[in-house]
Amino acid sequence: MGETGVNILESVGRWLTDPAHWQGPDGIPTRLGEHLHLSIESVSIGILIALPVGIVLGHYGRFGNLAINISNVGRAVPSFGILVIAFQVFGLGDLPIILALTALAIPPMVTNSYVALREVDPDVKDAARGMGYRELPQLLRVELPLAVPLIMAGVRTSAVQVVATATLAALIAGGGLGRYIVDGLARNDYPRLLAGALLVAALALATELLLAGLQRILVPRGIRLLKAPVASRASTFKTA
Amino acid sequence: MPNGLFLDIVDPWINWGWLSTHIPYVLAAVQEHITLTLIAVLAGFAISLPLGVLAHRWSSLRFPILTVFGIFYTIPSIALFALLIPYTGLSGTTAEIPLIGYNVLILVRNVLVGLDSVPPDVLDAADGMGYRPFVRLVRIELPLALPAIFAGLRVATVSTIGIVTITAVIGLGGLGQLILRGLIESFHSPLVVATVLSIVLALFADLLLAGAQRFAIPWARQA
Repeated sequence: MGETGVNILESVGRWLTDPAHWQGPDGIPTRLGEHLHLSIESVSIGILIALPVGIVLGHYGRFGNLAINISNVGRAVPSFGILVIAFQVFGLGDLPIILALTALAIPPMVTNSYVALREVDPDVKDAARGMGYRELPQLLRVELPLAVPLIMAGVRTSAVQVVATATLAALIAGGGLGRYIVDGLARNDYPRLLAGALLVAALALATELLLAGLQRILVPRGIRLLKAPVASRASTFKTA
Repeated sequence: MPNGLFLDIVDPWINWGWLSTHIPYVLAAVQEHITLTLIAVLAGFAISLPLGVLAHRWSSLRFPILTVFGIFYTIPSIALFALLIPYTGLSGTTAEIPLIGYNVLILVRNVLVGLDSVPPDVLDAADGMGYRPFVRLVRIELPLALPAIFAGLRVATVSTIGIVTITAVIGLGGLGQLILRGLIESFHSPLVVATVLSIVLALFADLLLAGAQRFAIPWARQA
């Protein structure tokens, strides 16, 4: 650290407060918007695909090994490799980025929602049957509320990882906050590089906090205290 | 395909001729990949085992440890590489600090889950048999925590193998070097070979750890 450390901090501060970096197509608001757009679109598509699959498989308890195995193979795919392959296939633009990010978002959500439905106490399901619930109401009104904490943990893991991995979009000529890191590295422009790193870190942490809050709101109050902390049962993963 | 028109060639996904003449190059990348992964997982494990035990014994340490490493874990690797460059340059240290930190979070969490899952009756029985705290930890509690610890090691290893490819942006990368080359030269073979090998490496490591788990925890085989 020492003197160089102070100089670096000063130059990063100057970079971040320079009005020129807050406007135009390479400005922070634009890059942040691109980053959020890519992430939200990928996570939404991922949710639409992964949750129904995980929930249905978990409810019927069939093909569970298949689902878990496919999602294990999915986790073994390196994010950098899949992004570059998507870029070579589809060329410039948002499409390859969103496809690759969606593919990375799906496995944790399938695994966690499958496990969430599997973990519903069989006695509870029997009781629901005995009270006259039919299949669909039982799934929607008994099993799903009990499964929400773990399902949400899966969504949170995926969303935070998608926001993190969207940083790599800049490597395949995409937008987002990763642009500052990749350009900073290419031009040996340390203030830009470090400001980009700080912005990316802040966005990832903000996403994590926001989703933790959402998770608290969405978990039905009656079951908050029922089970061991979700953190110890949810499967986590890191792609970037 | 404009490429095909202008250059009059179509780049196949794998050019077997290129691969056959570049086997030593690919193997060197695989070796660097394995080395980077091993350091990250082993160092992460060496740090997290004592940390996990401490946090289990003194529960006031639990929250600060999980929070600090949780924050670290949330930050994308490329941002941490960038933040470290002014201090440690484009070096193995810059690559390993984030990778080790991520593994510490995964493993501390699983060590805690494992130690928490030891039934109180078992601890009572061990105390009754005259085990001292340290011996009880090593001979009773840690063996019973092994399933959770192995689960953590598998997640840590598979994610590390994926993230190591990203260290290509700071000049390392193992197989990530080949991916980067495929990107820069728009040349498919190294890209596809490296991505496939990275997947194979991750699945193989996972299988290897699953085997080690069966060997280390013979009493769990029936379950």
